[in-house]
Amino acid sequence: MLETTPPIPHIEVRDLSIGYGDFVVQRDLNFVVNQGDIFVIMGGNGCGKTTLMRALVGLQRPLQGSVLYSGEDFWGASEEDRQRLKQRLGVLFQSGALWSSLTLADNVALPIAEYTDLPQARIDEIVAFKLALVGLAGFEDFYPSELSGGMKKRASLARAMALDPDILVIDEPSSGLDPLTAKRLDELIVELRDSLGTTIVVVTHELASILSIGNNSVYLDAETHTMIPTGNPQDALNSGHPKVRHFLKRGAA
Amino acid sequence: MPNDTQWQLDLRPANIEDGLDIILGGRWCIDASLPSPCVVLDALDDHIHSLRFDAAGLSDWDSGLLTFLGGVLKACAQRNITADTSGLPSGAQRLLAMAMAIPEQKVAGRDKGRRDMFSLVGAATLEFFRDGPQMLRFLGEITQSLLRLLAGRARFRARDLWLEIEEVGPRALPIVSVISFLVGLILAYLGADQLRLVGAQVFIADLVSIGMVREVGALMTGIIIAGRTGAAFAAQLGTMQVNEEMDAYKTLGIPPVDFLVLPRMLALMLMVPLLTLYAGFIGILAGLVVSVTIFNIGAFEYYTETLRALEFKHFLVGLSKGTVYGAMIAFAGCLRGMQCGRSAEAVGRAATSAVVTAILLITIAASIMTIVYYQLGI
Repeated sequence: MLETTPPIPHIEVRDLSIGYGDFVVQRDLNFVVNQGDIFVIMGGNGCGKTTLMRALVGLQRPLQGSVLYSGEDFWGASEEDRQRLKQRLGVLFQSGALWSSLTLADNVALPIAEYTDLPQARIDEIVAFKLALVGLAGFEDFYPSELSGGMKKRASLARAMALDPDILVIDEPSSGLDPLTAKRLDELIVELRDSLGTTIVVVTHELASILSIGNNSVYLDAETHTMIPTGNPQDALNSGHPKVRHFLKRGAA
Repeated sequence: MPNDTQWQLDLRPANIEDGLDIILGGRWCIDASLPSPCVVLDALDDHIHSLRFDAAGLSDWDSGLLTFLGGVLKACAQRNITADTSGLPSGAQRLLAMAMAIPEQKVAGRDKGRRDMFSLVGAATLEFFRDGPQMLRFLGEITQSLLRLLAGRARFRARDLWLEIEEVGPRALPIVSVISFLVGLILAYLGADQLRLVGAQVFIADLVSIGMVREVGALMTGIIIAGRTGAAFAAQLGTMQVNEEMDAYKTLGIPPVDFLVLPRMLALMLMVPLLTLYAGFIGILAGLVVSVTIFNIGAFEYYTETLRALEFKHFLVGLSKGTVYGAMIAFAGCLRGMQCGRSAEAVGRAATSAVVTAILLITIAASIMTIVYYQLGI
């Protein structure tokens, strides 16, 4: 594991406020995600988890504050610089968001074809490898609508990993999956971190995932509209803020 | 006592002071026409301060009983009347307690108040003026995207363009054929009726051929394609919006306008003029059939008259209109699709709105072009 090396800050969130127009969903967000972390952003329904995720990946401009990737200001950067930073991000959307008019192979190949000059044969090899990595070898010519929920999630993971991103942002990895499929997906995420050193940000309310994969976390409180730093979720379970304990123990304690 | 299948309600002054006993009996189910809580509320005058329920005679109950009791309890809470529910079945007590546990919430930003005509008109007006800048913005994005295409930097898959061309062109031929034939037929009858007065029925050929090639062919094709393809574009892009597919393009730095709008735009700008030409041909054919079979004009005569009437400029006018209409339809369809909200209902609205917008734009463009061409003498 990576704990032996001193942590390198990879993502820094400073004084971030997110929301829609006059409506502030979360304010004063401050946290640092280190290289190789699996960082969990947790909170109940409607607390602004997805809004925060959209601000992190460049889909929604925050009301205030900044997001830094390896020290580089994301929202303060020019359009081209932001584009360049985006290429280092892989995003796995809650619904998978596979392009429904393309086959799985084309879904994974599109980002590669966009950003590299590789010949088609080479791209095909990479696509086959990425799909094999998520256990979908042989499904190249399937369309997303022909897959089960778990397969779609894994295929989207393959697409998010297509360009070997430094950072992988995952919105609700286990939503709509049965416990076993969800567990396998969690294991896959940990495996990717361990073998590739990818920094992973997971946005979720799924207790099993939070406790089994996260090594650092924040809790977004829907009532006070700000965050509670929670550290390692396992520790937060017993010694964290009462609200966080309440959340992690499903209302008990 | 009466039968068990009928509900019974009895209000009696209680043996304690200021009290009222409510005695419930029989069957209180939703399918029996149950009384309204008002029956009890009317009996609550100022000197009553406590209620008690007695449900010993109750044979069967469901939500019908609960809604009745809920209404009574809510009124009691407002009037500070204590209600003793211990006489009710225990299941009913628990459900009522659950329903009353969390008071009705005032949710911010949700105005349920009745909206009068003025605020509705105002909202619609604001919406109309918001739409203008959004259209301009989208037009700007498409223009940038077209410029990127000309510079060789726009990115979409050639296969997507061919698929759209197939979908828009060849597959629309049957419906375009039917409509153009019928419109040609209508034009021929219309002309025949008028031209008979001056004994110049052979000029049906002029009317039909120039009318179809210059104006009606493009207009009918435009309207058909707006309904057929414009709506489909809006629904496709709208569904992609719902599925976060648009977000997936954006996070990868692929402009959805290049990848999704451009092939659709190009396909329509190529195929609508061709369909227009085809519609003109079919319309002329319909004119010929009507002239020969109904109005006794010789086929050869009709043919030479058509050749004499049609000039190259008429084709140019028709083709230019077809191209512009195609662009308008693609613009409206893609705009509404990209603006789509994140629900199934929003996709439906986007499709409807795409057709309405496309037909509006087509009609405006048709008027402007007709006037300009007239002024230019084309």
